[in-house]
Amino acid sequence: MTDTAKLLHQHAAKRILLLDGAMGTMIQTHKLDEADYRGEQYKDWHCDLKGNNDLLAVTQPKIIKDIHLAYLHAGADIIETNTFNATTISMADYDMQDEVELINLCAAKLAREAADEVTALNPQRPRFVAGVLGPTSRTASISPDVNDPGYRNVDFDELVTTYKQATKALIKGKVDIILLETIFDTLNAKAAAFAVDEVFEELDVRLPVMVSGTITDASGRTLSGQTTEAFYYSLRHVNPIAFGLNCALGPDLLRQYVAELSRVSEFLVSAHPNAGLPNEFGEYDMQPDEMAEHVKEWARSGLVNIVGGCCGSTPEHIKAISDVIDGVSPRKLPQIDVKLRLSGLEPFVH
Amino acid sequence: MTAEFSTFVNVGERTNVTGSAMFKRLILSEDYEAALDVARQQVENGAQVIDINMDEAMLDSQAAMVRFLKLIASEPDISRVPIMIDSSKWSIIEAGLKCVQGKAIVNSISLKEGEAPFLEQAKKIKRYGAATVVMAFDEKGQADTQARKFEICKRSYELLVNKLNFPPEDIIFDPNIFAVATGIEEHNNYAVDFIEATRQIRQELPHCHVSGGLSNISFSFRGNNPVREAMHSVFLYYAIRAGMDMGIVNAGQLEVYDQIPKELKDAVEDVILNRHPDATDKLLELAPKYQGDGKAAAVEDLSWREQSVNKRLEHALVKGITEYILDDTEEARANAQKPLHVIEGPLMDGMNVVGDLFGEGKMFLPQVVKSARVMKKAVAYLQPYIEAEKSGKSQSNGKIIMATVKGDVHDIGKNIVGVVLQCNNFEVVDLGVMVPAAKIIQTAIDEKADMIGLSGLITPSLDEMVNVAQEMQRLGLDIPLLIGGATTSKAHTAVKIELNYDHPVVYVPNASRAVGVCQKLISKDAREEYAIQIKKEYEVVREQHARKRPRTKAIGFAQARDNRFTCDWQNYEVPVPNFLGVKTISVDLNTLRPYIDWTPFFLTWSLAGKYPRILTDEVVGEEATSLFADANKMLDDVIRNAKLQAKARVGIFPANSVNEDIKVFSPESPDTVIGIAHHCRQQTEKPKGFNYCLSDFVMPEGRYGRDYMGAFAVTAGIGEDELAAAFEKDGDDYNSIMSKAIADRLAEAFAEYLHERVRKELWGYAKDEKLDNNALISEKYQGIRPAPGYAACPEHTEKQLIWDLLDVENSIGMKLTESYAMWPGAAVSGWYFAHPESRYFAVAKIQQDQLQDYAQRKGWTIEQAEKWLMPNLQD
Repeated sequence: MTDTAKLLHQHAAKRILLLDGAMGTMIQTHKLDEADYRGEQYKDWHCDLKGNNDLLAVTQPKIIKDIHLAYLHAGADIIETNTFNATTISMADYDMQDEVELINLCAAKLAREAADEVTALNPQRPRFVAGVLGPTSRTASISPDVNDPGYRNVDFDELVTTYKQATKALIKGKVDIILLETIFDTLNAKAAAFAVDEVFEELDVRLPVMVSGTITDASGRTLSGQTTEAFYYSLRHVNPIAFGLNCALGPDLLRQYVAELSRVSEFLVSAHPNAGLPNEFGEYDMQPDEMAEHVKEWARSGLVNIVGGCCGSTPEHIKAISDVIDGVSPRKLPQIDVKLRLSGLEPFVH
Repeated sequence: MTAEFSTFVNVGERTNVTGSAMFKRLILSEDYEAALDVARQQVENGAQVIDINMDEAMLDSQAAMVRFLKLIASEPDISRVPIMIDSSKWSIIEAGLKCVQGKAIVNSISLKEGEAPFLEQAKKIKRYGAATVVMAFDEKGQADTQARKFEICKRSYELLVNKLNFPPEDIIFDPNIFAVATGIEEHNNYAVDFIEATRQIRQELPHCHVSGGLSNISFSFRGNNPVREAMHSVFLYYAIRAGMDMGIVNAGQLEVYDQIPKELKDAVEDVILNRHPDATDKLLELAPKYQGDGKAAAVEDLSWREQSVNKRLEHALVKGITEYILDDTEEARANAQKPLHVIEGPLMDGMNVVGDLFGEGKMFLPQVVKSARVMKKAVAYLQPYIEAEKSGKSQSNGKIIMATVKGDVHDIGKNIVGVVLQCNNFEVVDLGVMVPAAKIIQTAIDEKADMIGLSGLITPSLDEMVNVAQEMQRLGLDIPLLIGGATTSKAHTAVKIELNYDHPVVYVPNASRAVGVCQKLISKDAREEYAIQIKKEYEVVREQHARKRPRTKAIGFAQARDNRFTCDWQNYEVPVPNFLGVKTISVDLNTLRPYIDWTPFFLTWSLAGKYPRILTDEVVGEEATSLFADANKMLDDVIRNAKLQAKARVGIFPANSVNEDIKVFSPESPDTVIGIAHHCRQQTEKPKGFNYCLSDFVMPEGRYGRDYMGAFAVTAGIGEDELAAAFEKDGDDYNSIMSKAIADRLAEAFAEYLHERVRKELWGYAKDEKLDNNALISEKYQGIRPAPGYAACPEHTEKQLIWDLLDVENSIGMKLTESYAMWPGAAVSGWYFAHPESRYFAVAKIQQDQLQDYAQRKGWTIEQAEKWLMPNLQD
């Protein structure tokens, strides 16, 4: 086990750890325009860049770092790099495949700086940086062409290549953890995990990995159709430090799936829900105290080890959560029988 | 079989080209659809894992493996179970592992080529997240005896667990099942060797599993299924007890152990357990006796085939079954008047069931996409018939431009909608993601598209959709605009988008609804009516929404007042009325008859459709026509015998506004205030518009002089109660309702008629207006006639002022109840505003500061004001 992993486990044994909240929501409040996104560096770029939030690590580093600092001051133990779309697949939308490495590196460095500054204030309470590998904008398990269900617009090898590139840059930027998050197609995540494992081997380092999936709707499944438990079995081989769920649902609707995961997971359980469901205008309504109320109940019911916020959450939400989990014991790791645990869309235990 | 059988994992073997001639034929002929049916049938028959093997010399095995696995991923009925990727070639296994999202089993690896490749492959398997079958095979060859079997398995186990930290529970040993009763003496103990090796492996190598290919054991009895099945059952019976907990078994080829005839069972047991040297001969002797009694293969549950054809189509759509769809579609077509009715009827009904199930979370996306494919097949079948009916017409249903809007890169949902539409014969031009408004619109113009569909997932896309709508308006497009995507909503579409574009804007909640919407919009017959229906629906949504929760922030009353509607009052040309004062107007019902808007009349009777086309509607036309005839018959009678009377009071007064009040002056002495109308002001943030109040449409008091305002109260219901009561007395509910419905229509017609007279004659500001009834119904004239109790002036007690100003009760007998409802029921009352920019709006939610102000103006307590404005106070 690496030093970071040990340190994380030490702290996780004592208390519930806190992740940060939404990055996109915070960026939105700045109401940046095309010129802001371009910055000096890309002022002559040949296509629109507005909306390319990950690029802001390069063009608006202060904004991103300030958001990190706001979350750290709100109590976050682990902050996530602003690299959700920083893969060649997603950056192709801006024709910025060649900038992927730079974006990951800059984002990792910003988060590192912010975390280190806050750790220095209280070394007893180290802050960690999780390098985010997002799901990309394509799905390896679902055909985009209904006339040809066997068709795919991305394959495993392509995903591995891009994830390896991102992972290396994140590690170079000195992240503590690799976080695969918002997984809606498990095959994408398997490719990411495969890439991360290869990079660890090539660089001879081993960082703790966190895995976090997304239950997309009322069916209780990932977008690619797996139940929570099936999803867990598909990625259990990653041997992550924590396994969790994030995004898509608010804490009220997510609870049952967190509970299911808590039952089956031999790893720490993390959860960072949205601040409710988006209302009809795409805004998240759930107030910090309401969200904290839900998370408090999860914590007291012993469901979680790591909590935080996803879309719509702000430093106020994280602060409110920080207040309610203070002093509540973290989930105890359950004793899980050793069995063959397979999965299709549904789990199969033998 | 036995209780222990339930802990035995049954791996389906029919999707194996080496084991199934049929499957091999299907794959070689690239009939992947039928091949998928084989897989599906196995799962339905209880296979808990399915083995897939494409090792065939005549085949590009790797391509076939990849293709089949990707197809399976789109079949939730199949992919719900784990996959066993079976090949003797590592490259094929690895290609397969890259296609499976679940945790699969590799079948198999072994020490055949030595430790290095074995460990290398196992390491990869672990990295891909799969379990693996390990064959009892080493550098020396396949293990046949119990000792060799165990030795190789033990060595493999230790390498995996100690060197790679491979999870022992993910190791499944296959200690080789070989054929017995071959006539070769060395083979006689093979079953016993397997069973005993299994026992030892399970005892000494913790957490691992044992599996095997069952059919091998009976290989020498090919062609004699009863004997083979008995051998399988007996072998399993003992192997399971020894610890074999998994196997490649054709569930359809298993006799129930207890039901094997004793004679046969004894003979088979002697062979399997190697109990006599001559056991094989005995079984050979007995075998012909059981020959030919082959059990029918297990069949899928086909009970649904016995339902009606519509139910069968629904079942096929919901389950995504293509097998019978052509037959069923043909049957439905033969029964239908027109082939198109099959699509619009049972098929769309089925897709709606799919949509509902999806909405309830009982189906998930891949299943919905499958349903769309079934739909496509059915539609494709019907296409030639539909073409034949309307020969010469273009083949496509219509052309739709689809795009994810600028700033957004999400396109999964859009793609699904695209394919579902294509399945239904729409031509889809997909512009991809991040598409600027200009490009969308230019393409729509160039392609002569029939519709534009916008998609987006992230919040800022909502604003971009508004922008596209505004651009479509600015550039003069008139094709419908469809809105979809995860963050979009009916409310957002109604409140934010629809008002920006004069032509249909329709929110499409999910892919399964897209087809219905598009078909209605594309149909010349249905479009207009649908557009009106949508417009009304969205109006309601807007009102509900405005009342419910102001998404836009509430602002202070003072601030709202500062943002009032205003115009250049200095240069405003006051429309001086031809007539000032109050008068009664009675009209002949015959005069009102042409003003009747019949569409709501049919709605009263739950017949949806726009008049007059509803009369010839294929579905409700007959009923509508007969209803219309009855209505006209009654109308004739009512008019001829004067059973109803229509009367109105109308008044026009000098007036000026003071903030939200309108001072009404005496027509005779224009300095005497004879009443004050109290109105409410919109109090939500309007960054780009005004915070309207009806008083804004009347010139403010003081600087510029007097303006004017009108009021009216009409009824066509005098005599209505008596008329209805007479029918009720005869037990004729139909005509009782009819009489009220007619009185209602006449009252509305009267209000329309009177407003026209006011515009053209009494007030006379629009003397030259020439509008037909349709234009009147669509309110395409200058000026408004808002009614107290409705959105723009929601507070009902203001009707009292109308009654007072017009002396309504004394002059024409109309009354107000204590809750300010009008009597007779067939009545309309309201205000007239002539300002060219006057418009309808919803006051929506108001705040405490305005409530206090309103109470003060009305001379009410806060409680009274709260009572009457409750709907505008609630969230």
